[in-house]
Parts: sequence; structure tokens; C-alpha cells
Amino acid sequence: MSDFLRSYLTVAIFGGLAVVLLGALLGVGRLVRPNRPQEQKYLTYESGVDAVGSAWSQSHVRYYIFALLFVMFDVEAVFIFPWSTRVEAYDVYGLVEMAIFIGILTLGLVYAWRKKVLRWV
Amino acid sequence: MIATLVSSTALFAQLGETTPIDTPEIEWSALMPILILAAGGILLLTLSSLVRSVRETPSAHAAITVIIALASGAFCVPLWQRVQDPSRGPLTAVAGALGIDGFSVMATGLIAVTVILTALLLDGYLRREGLDSVEFYALVLLAGAGGAIMASANDLIVMFLGLEALSIAIYVLAAMHHRRAESQEAGFKYLIVGAFSSAFFLYGIAMVYGATGTTSLVGIASFLAANVLLRNAMLLLGMALLLVGFAFKIAAVPFGGWAPDVYEGSPTPITAFMAAAVKVGAFAGMIRVFYLALSVQIDDWQPLIYALAVLTMVVGAILAVVQTNVKRLLAYSSISHAGFVLVAVYTGTTVGMSAMMFYLAAYIFMVIGSFGVVGLVSQRGDAAHSLDDYKGLSKSRPGIALAFTVFLLAQAGVPFTSGFFGKFYVISAAVDSKNYILALVAMLASVIAAVLYLKIIVSMYLSADDDGAAATASGPTVSIPLTSATAIGIAVIATLVLGVLPNILVDLANDAVPVLVALS
Repeated sequence: MSDFLRSYLTVAIFGGLAVVLLGALLGVGRLVRPNRPQEQKYLTYESGVDAVGSAWSQSHVRYYIFALLFVMFDVEAVFIFPWSTRVEAYDVYGLVEMAIFIGILTLGLVYAWRKKVLRWV
Repeated sequence: MIATLVSSTALFAQLGETTPIDTPEIEWSALMPILILAAGGILLLTLSSLVRSVRETPSAHAAITVIIALASGAFCVPLWQRVQDPSRGPLTAVAGALGIDGFSVMATGLIAVTVILTALLLDGYLRREGLDSVEFYALVLLAGAGGAIMASANDLIVMFLGLEALSIAIYVLAAMHHRRAESQEAGFKYLIVGAFSSAFFLYGIAMVYGATGTTSLVGIASFLAANVLLRNAMLLLGMALLLVGFAFKIAAVPFGGWAPDVYEGSPTPITAFMAAAVKVGAFAGMIRVFYLALSVQIDDWQPLIYALAVLTMVVGAILAVVQTNVKRLLAYSSISHAGFVLVAVYTGTTVGMSAMMFYLAAYIFMVIGSFGVVGLVSQRGDAAHSLDDYKGLSKSRPGIALAFTVFLLAQAGVPFTSGFFGKFYVISAAVDSKNYILALVAMLASVIAAVLYLKIIVSMYLSADDDGAAATASGPTVSIPLTSATAIGIAVIATLVLGVLPNILVDLANDAVPVLVALS
């Protein structure tokens, strides 16, 4: 077996150990604890308000556009944060590059706005 | 945008404590063709959303797109001269992320041409179908920029960026005909298959990086030239996965099963763009990875490409013969064409590379012209694609029937058309490297494929009432917008001129042999 594959052996052992340990814990618990099934114990909320209706309710499709816009600015933030901690190191070059990046995203927002995406219907 | 991504990854790696960072050399002039396409797409979108008069005149979009693509193509000319100048030669841009050589400049130029022709075809098509138009043009421009990035990428990660920019735009474009269920289906299918192929490609990049310690094509080539890998399983796996990724994009058998469905469902001008620009971009990327970066491993990848080429040529041609839907038929024939280009790739010689460039250049005109005609004949709704719909076309629209005949004969490889020389150079490149069997298979495949082109031609020149039943006297009524006629005219002229005077393009293709440029 090559060194490359052997280094994965550690991963395999670790994984195996995790499975065995989890199984052992659950198994011991199962052996030790008393088992008295009652119907009430299987309710979603054993005590409190009864659950009403199905969990498969639909959410309104208009939210997806906001989700998309959110992703856009989320990604923007991912790039801006590391850049902002090192602004002085990047100097003018970094400033210009970031301005281009934000500029392109802003044009995207302008497009979305003009497409009346931001209007609540 | 690309510059930002590339430079920031490079910068994070070499981040010192407080010392200012060396900013990489950008070489703006070398980037102009790509930048114009990408920025043009974004600006077109913005302009149309802000200026009412642009938004409400659909042809303005087509006109602006043509101007942008022309500007991009025009910038290729001085760049070409600079690259061919012996005292200056090819160069790298953005800290070695892009390699600008004759090959990448020519591929970029070809993509600019496909964008122009596609925009001309789109104008009439969108008007007929009554679709919103600006997104089509913007996405075509962005896809073109992606293809151009693929063709000049000097780093596997940059190539992946180009691949995604190209593919994502086309997933959307395929689904843009929102009233046709087939179009939605095509977009969805292409998205799923494309995501698969991207995953293969990325995994291949990871494996090659694991084996060589770099994603730079120059770095990979020099590592493999300097070191002999005792255990090269990881490199071979990476190479095979990259090949699978490319084979999906160029629709090579057995990875091209998506192509007929997607080509049939997409709006027809978009099909034309897919068949032309995606193939140019993907083949250019393939050459950069296999011919340049993995040139030392040529004995390992040649058998794979041999098998792909034979399967693609033969299966594509045979399956095309049994089709009755013209759009599907042309889709299979474009698969078969990809097989021919693969023959040129297989040779791995400079002769093969220039044969490939010639074939691609001739092919984009034939295929855009063909799909242009199909888009016109399909009528409103983009649905009339059966062979019967072409009956009597020669009577009702002799000009368009003649143009289609030229494209089909060119695809079959009849002399005095560009297709003849395309096939001729590819086959002679195969013979040149002593692959007689491959050359023989290529000739057989082109004979099989000739049958299907003749099928369409016969159908066009057969009058509509020849088979009696319920036929109109005069064939289909097809309206031909001026822009579509221009695009088809340009394609006819290019096909015929290259068929009579191939030397114009041969000289260009000979100078467009790809070279690997290291960061100086």
C-alpha cells in the first residue's frame, strides 16, 4: 500500500471508530433503559399544543427572488470582508478592483430594480 | 471581474505581514476582446433597463450586440499582429492566468463571429416569437466572453471559470423560449448534464493538482517534463476526468446523449450558437490542456481520444440517418463533426492543430447557416421541424432552399465548399501522422453522413404535392427578415469563398498553432 493510501487509513479508522462508538452508546442505552410504550409519547409535542395541519405547507414563490438577491450580496460580503482587513496592503489596485466588483453587482441590482423584481406583488 | 478573482487568489497566497503587495501585470490590450464581450453584455443589460427607447426597440439590442462583437473582433486584429510579430511573440496576461497566442486570438475571433451571426439570427426570430429580447443578447455576449476565456486560459482554474461563464449563460438561453415546453425541458436537461460535466472537470483539476502540485498549465507541463512519475495513477485519473468534462461539452459519443434533445428544444438561433461557440470554446480549452499542458503524456491520452473520435464520427452519422426531424438530424450531424475535429486533436501535431482550426472556422459558418435556415422554416412557435415541412421549399423560397443546399453540401464535404477542405485537411493530418485506419473511418463516416444531408435536400426539392395526400400546392410560406437573410448570406459567402480560396484561412490557421507561454 502506498504512503498516499496509508494516510487515508487514519481517516478510515477514525470513521470506523465513530460508528462503533455511536452504536455502542445507543446499544447500551437500549439494553439498560426500561421500555414502556404509550401512545402519548409519540406525539410531536408530548406536552403542550397539539400540532395542526401538515408540515408540507407551501411558502410563497415570490420569496425566491429575494433569496436570489440575498445570495448575490452574501457572496459580495464574502469577498469584501477579507479585502477590507487588508485594504492598505492592496493599495489603489485593490480599491479599483473592488470598485469594479461592486460596480458590476450594482448594475445587477439596477437591472433587478428596473425589472420590477423588488416590488412586492 | 475575472481579474479580481484571479488576482485576489494569487494575492492571498503571497500575503506578507504589512508589506504592500506586488500587483500583477494586467496587459489590458491583450484582454480587450474578452473584456469588450463581457462588459458589453453587462452594459447592454443596464442600458436596456435604464433607457426606455432602447428597451422598446428590439432591433436596437441586436444592433448593439453586433457592434460590441465587431469591436471585440476588431481588437483581435492588432493583437494577432502583435502575437505574430517575431520580435514580440505570444504573451501572458494577469500574472500568467491567461496565455495570449495566435491560437487563442483566432479562437476569440471565431467566437466574436458566432456572436455576430447569432445576434443577426436572433433579431428576426425573437420578433416572430414575440419574446423579450435583451436577456438573450446579454447572455450570448457573456457566453462568448466565457468561451474566449476558455480559449486563452493558462490555468485550469481560469479555464473552469470560462467554462462556467459559458455554460451557465447557455443553460438559461436554452430555456428562454418560455412558451415552449421543449425549451424548458432542454434548459433543465442541459443544466443537469452540464452540472455533472463540471463536477467531472473539477475533480479532474483536483487530481491533476494532486499529481503535479500546480494548476498552471505552464507549471504542469514543466513539472511533467522535469519529473518522471513512478506512480502516475492520480495524474491519469485526473486526465481522464478532464477529458470526460470536455467530452460532455463537445458532445462526443458516449457523453453527448444530451445534445439532440437540447438542440431540438432550444430556440433555434441559440441552437446555432451552442453548436458553434460552445464547440469552439471547448475544443480550444481541450487543446490547451491536452496538447500543451499534458503533451508529455501524449501516449496516455491519444488512445482515449482515438476511441472517442471513432465512436463520435460513426455513431453520430449513423444515428443521424434514421432521424426525420431536421433539427435532431442536424444535432446528430454536429456530433459527427465533433468526431472529425477530435481526429485532428488526436494527431497531436502542429499540422493537426491547424487542420482543427480550419475545420472549426469552416464549421461555424456551415452550422450557423444551417440552423439559421431551420429557424426560418420552423414558422411561428418554432415547431415545424419534420422533413415534410421542407417539402416544396425550393418552389416557395428558392433562395433559402439554395442556401440550405450549400450548407448541407458543405457539411457533407462536397468540393468547392469549405467543408471539403475542412475534411481534407483533417484526414490528411491523420494520414500525415500515419493513422491510416482513422483516416479510413473518417472517410467512411463522411460517406454515411452524406446520405442524411441528401435526405434533406431531396425533401426540399420534392414538390409538396408529389406524395399526393393533403398537400398545398406551393410548399411552406416562410417570411425572411432582412437580418436573418444577412446572416445566412454571410455564411453562404464564407462557405463558398473558403471552398474556392481556402488559402486565406489556411495561412491564418497555420499561424494559429497553440504555444505555451510562461510568465516572463
